[in-house]
Amino acid sequence: MNWKLAFNIAATHLLTKKKQSIVAMLGVTFGISMFIIMISFMTGVNQFTEDMAMDNTPHIHIYKPLEIEDKKIIALNREQKGTNWYVVQHQRPKNELSKIKNGLALMESIEAMPGVRGVAPQLSTQVFYNNGPVKIPGNVYGIDVKRQAELFDLDKKMDMGSLDELLKASDVIVMGKGLAEKMNVTLGDRVSVTTPEGGNLNLKVVGIFSFGIAAMDQTQSYATLATVQKILQKDPSYITDLNVKMNDVTKAADLRADLENRISGVKIEDWEEANQSLLAGEQIRNIMTFVVCLTLLVVAGFGIYNIMNMNIINKMKDIAILKATGFQGSDVTGIFMLQSVMIGIAGGLLGLGIGFFFSYLLSITPFPAGEFFRIDTFPVNFNPAHYLIGLFFGFLTTLFAGWFPSRKAAKIDPVAIIRG
Amino acid sequence: MSVVLKAENIRKKFYQPSEFEVLKGLNFEVNTGEFFSIVGKSGCGKSTLLYILSTMDTDYEGTLTIKGDKLTGQKQNALSAFRNEHLGFVFQFHFLLPEFSALKNVMLPALKLGKYSEEEIEHRAIEKLKLVGMDEYALKGASRLSGGQQQRVAIARALINDPAIIMGDEPTGNLDKANSMNVFEIFKRLAAENHQTIIAVTHDPDFAAGSDRIMEMEDGRILSISKAGAIPAH
Repeated sequence: MNWKLAFNIAATHLLTKKKQSIVAMLGVTFGISMFIIMISFMTGVNQFTEDMAMDNTPHIHIYKPLEIEDKKIIALNREQKGTNWYVVQHQRPKNELSKIKNGLALMESIEAMPGVRGVAPQLSTQVFYNNGPVKIPGNVYGIDVKRQAELFDLDKKMDMGSLDELLKASDVIVMGKGLAEKMNVTLGDRVSVTTPEGGNLNLKVVGIFSFGIAAMDQTQSYATLATVQKILQKDPSYITDLNVKMNDVTKAADLRADLENRISGVKIEDWEEANQSLLAGEQIRNIMTFVVCLTLLVVAGFGIYNIMNMNIINKMKDIAILKATGFQGSDVTGIFMLQSVMIGIAGGLLGLGIGFFFSYLLSITPFPAGEFFRIDTFPVNFNPAHYLIGLFFGFLTTLFAGWFPSRKAAKIDPVAIIRG
Repeated sequence: MSVVLKAENIRKKFYQPSEFEVLKGLNFEVNTGEFFSIVGKSGCGKSTLLYILSTMDTDYEGTLTIKGDKLTGQKQNALSAFRNEHLGFVFQFHFLLPEFSALKNVMLPALKLGKYSEEEIEHRAIEKLKLVGMDEYALKGASRLSGGQQQRVAIARALINDPAIIMGDEPTGNLDKANSMNVFEIFKRLAAENHQTIIAVTHDPDFAAGSDRIMEMEDGRILSISKAGAIPAH
């Protein structure tokens, strides 16, 4: 087949019917640009929510769970045969420390494992923040400031003050924005916290952070490990959680399985377990995006199909002439397929351009997300892969839409047309 | 004189609207360099016959041989290639591609054949346009030419690959007297000077009378094949 000749004829056809070609092209352009805008925005939103959640979420969380002894306490050292005769109604848990045994040593050994970016120790406790006569329930986390900043970007979440202040003095905390508002405190003010065990401490606020998640910002504050150990009146090795960050987040489940074999007496949870609802939401959004975009492309495809069909009906005489003068069915198919593909590529490229332009506009549009979200403009993801997919699908659509009319054109019987 | 086209026992039936045998076993031969016209009343099957001879219609019985090649039963693609190289067509309605210039219209079958380079083809196309007196309109859009001019361009297109046979289906049927004469003269000259065979279906008695031989058809049969001038003009 002579592609140069077919291209020449196809291009001439398209150029002499400019209006029609442009209308056909705009169908693809619209489909592709909407695809780009939607997918950029949707993946941007996904990325944003994921980042927001993942920043604060350890990939693997190790903690000491509250265990209910399922063996009856009075049966512990006695052999039982057959039926369990020992009955204890409503057995209570032991008074056990929620401390991870040898936590800091464990931390160092996990940190040495391959694929681990870092481990941050944490000591969490429930407290009451005392605001005059009002007690506000919440949590205080004792952290290793450097590790927490490095692994969880806590330093980047600071609205006022700085995280480093925690290291410069004792008895200081950084507080969530919502909590600070409830307590009516600002930098330099002192708050008193009470632990469930009755310990009490006066702490100075040296920073205010916000994660953009109300539930966290309204209840949490951070202090150094030593400070919280002091509030709880515990020894310096007392930690309750180890938060592991991986280099590659998808390897978390493997490492968890590995750790479960090595360490006993603790509960090990990976981020997928902890964030199943988030992941499901993301998947549903992705599916929806693709369905909508494919629908748009299919509609554009039908547009091209119609126009190519009409085009071929208008060109019956020309097709008959071409066949009479020795052009084969495949030549005719080629001519019309090329028209369709040219429409597809031109429309697709224009669509990518327009799609990029509008996603860019969207990405600089201010987004009134409220003061809790750490975001100023709409989240938009510029991923070259989406542009390739868009072009590929645009191309594919026109290929399909052009194929059937082109086959029809190839089957036209020149005698029937020429004889009239 | 050698035989360039041989038709043996050509039969064809139409099935729509009802079964009807339009060609009832035709046998004849056409010689190289001959100006051969086919005449007959409307519906006698002469156009149907021409399209069978042109290889475009393959739904017939009998055997068609052109230039020693048996064409009956060959595949569509082979027939297309054969038409491209050995046959030229001139139709009643001029049938140029309206988007292209006269020159490009003439060039297309040669570009398809791909025997010569594009420059060579262009050169040859201008030669052919000169032959039909249309060279000065070469770059004009086909849709902007008059009917007579278009028909001359169509003849130039039929000639571009130097075909052995040029077939015409009422080539002058849609033209006025002056243009008809013009086309006739061109055909006459092609047969005489280039030894190309002309097979034309016509209603025009003057056109037929000027050709070498006339085949008269009636009801799907050959009534007579005679030297020109033997039948009186109607």
